[in-house]
Amino acid sequence: MNPESESRTPAQLGIEQEKNSAVLLRLTGSWRLRDPLPTADSVEQAIISAGGGTIVFDATQLTAWDTGLLTFLTHVQSLAGQHEMDFDRAGLPDGVRRLLELAEAVPIATDTGRSKQPDSFFSQIGNVALDLYRSGPDMVRFVGEVAQSVGRLFQRKAQFRLSDLWLLIQQAGPEALPIVSLISFLVGLIFAYMGAVQLQQFGAQIYIADLVGIGMVREIGALMTGIIMAGRTGASYAAQLGTMQVNEEIDAFRVLGISPVDFLVLPRMLALSLMVPLLTLYAGVVGILAGLCVAVFVFDLGVFEYYHQTVRALELKHFAIGVIKGSSYGILIAIAGCYRGIRCGGSAAAVGQATTSAVVTSIVFIVVSASILTIVFQVLGI
Amino acid sequence: MSVAAGIQSSPDTHISVVDLTMAYGDFVIQRDLNFSIQRGDIFIIMGASGCGKSTLLKHIIGLKSPAKGSVYIDGTNFWTSPIDKQERLKRHYGVTFQAGALWSSLTLAENIGLPLGEYTDLSPATIREVASLKLSLVGLAGFEDFYPAEISGGMRKRAGLARAIALDPEILVFDEPSAGLDPISSRRLDDLIKELRDSLGTTVVIVTHELASIFAIGTNSVFLDTESKTMIAEGNPVVLRDHSDDPRVRSFLNRGEL
Ligand SMILES: Nc1ncnc2c1ncn2[C@@H]1O[C@H](COP(=O)(O)OP(=O)(O)O)[C@@H](O)[C@H]1O
Ligand SMILES: [Mg+2]
Repeated sequence: MNPESESRTPAQLGIEQEKNSAVLLRLTGSWRLRDPLPTADSVEQAIISAGGGTIVFDATQLTAWDTGLLTFLTHVQSLAGQHEMDFDRAGLPDGVRRLLELAEAVPIATDTGRSKQPDSFFSQIGNVALDLYRSGPDMVRFVGEVAQSVGRLFQRKAQFRLSDLWLLIQQAGPEALPIVSLISFLVGLIFAYMGAVQLQQFGAQIYIADLVGIGMVREIGALMTGIIMAGRTGASYAAQLGTMQVNEEIDAFRVLGISPVDFLVLPRMLALSLMVPLLTLYAGVVGILAGLCVAVFVFDLGVFEYYHQTVRALELKHFAIGVIKGSSYGILIAIAGCYRGIRCGGSAAAVGQATTSAVVTSIVFIVVSASILTIVFQVLGI
Repeated sequence: MSVAAGIQSSPDTHISVVDLTMAYGDFVIQRDLNFSIQRGDIFIIMGASGCGKSTLLKHIIGLKSPAKGSVYIDGTNFWTSPIDKQERLKRHYGVTFQAGALWSSLTLAENIGLPLGEYTDLSPATIREVASLKLSLVGLAGFEDFYPAEISGGMRKRAGLARAIALDPEILVFDEPSAGLDPISSRRLDDLIKELRDSLGTTVVIVTHELASIFAIGTNSVFLDTESKTMIAEGNPVVLRDHSDDPRVRSFLNRGEL
């Protein structure tokens, strides 16, 4: 018989109950991972019915083996251990015996600092709460550092490169125009259409102009731009600074006595606090254009009519409020992104986490500050 | 107090570490470290991977504050000094990090030029010349306008060294300088370190596993142990190799052969 066809004989397991309270496992054929192998469960029955004694092997008919046999044997061995049977390796091939011994040479590590059991649901909630509680003061400290850095900027002592600032402005402003255009046009369209359907019932379609104009300029333009920039630029800041943290580049700044907040955070915050309000104004204009399209093509209003109504509705204060909101969101996004980046852990996975939590933190900040600002402007009556 | 007084009375002591315990949160890495580094020493920190060598460096260069104990530089207790004094003390150091830690958005010349621009009044042209000189000292002449991502890991390490010596620091600190370097570059690095010590009187602190360079340049050392979480030997590495009482130390310095 040629060895190739011999090694192809399927794996078979014979279980025989010997007289001297031993269970004999007869291994025949080819026991390899890619062959269909008998499971150790069938042995369990025999072990239970034997109720003690020894497991012995006959491997004289074994033609080939690899890890497939080894995993089977370790499983049988642990079953034997559970049912207090002895495990006699004498009948196994030499190579199998040596590899099993090697696998047992270093005992299973138990003091690796990880608990085997995953945390229970309640302790997970507790841990999340504790993390939040601890990260609060740290974030306040970071904001304090940023404030000091802004102070140094006005004293002309902050150290960063103007070329960096230009590049960041380029990335946060002009390069964001396409996505901001797309989203604000879409939002303007939806806004106008939904509003107009209702207003039409009173024959008051012309007030779409008021609705879209004031809504986009004062509220939605800033909100949409903020959320886009959180996902686009805030995430990229967290990833950039996080990677620098992993590469010890931030430590290199600290050792040289150059403040990483001055050098990295300040230009990013300047870029966003300048560009987000401009993008907000732009988003407002695009939204109004979208409203115009709906009014003219769907509801048969005249272009001039719509234009005049928009000009009548909008006042300077609406633009001012949009700009104030836009710059606050810009500052908050920069703070959240840079904070998550600078406090990033030391691995690639940590950079991913930093990016995710930068976006989540930014959006939470935006929503909270949007609510606060809206209430404040309401109370001030503007 | 008596310890501090003792340090001030010995003018040759450059850095001393007193009763230092290092920890991440509650997890103690090493405790009760006591040693001092003399001016002009080439001081080696050795021990198995993960025993806390990089962490010890971070304490010495003022990046991480001790859980207990203190670090004195020129007789000044670093961690009890006010912030501006700490910043001035930090300027004594030039540091190369384990992975180079070059600023990835700057070219090599700009990396070296940044600290020069920060702390000197040199003109941009002079800064560029100094950067070229430092790069040629580490064998990287001609790579001024490369970004860190465009050169190999070993070259990045050497460029990190060039940045560390930009301001001619009094204390030069290396984290595993020769890991990832070919034998010739590694030898050149040893020669350079010795030359800097001899010509500028620089004190050098190195974390390294490279036995050849430990014996070639080391004048003093500490050995950190993972199991007992403290230092188990101190002294000249050659003497430790041949005469240490501790089998763990002799085994490490003889590549596991006793
Ligand atoms: N930022 C960190 N947070 C928590 N544990 C850390 C951190 N950095 C290092 N460690 C732990 O401290 C120990 C020593 O690390 P390190 O000083 O890098 O060792 P090495 O001697 O190899 O340089 C290791 O067990 C490591 O897991
Ligand atoms: Mg290390």
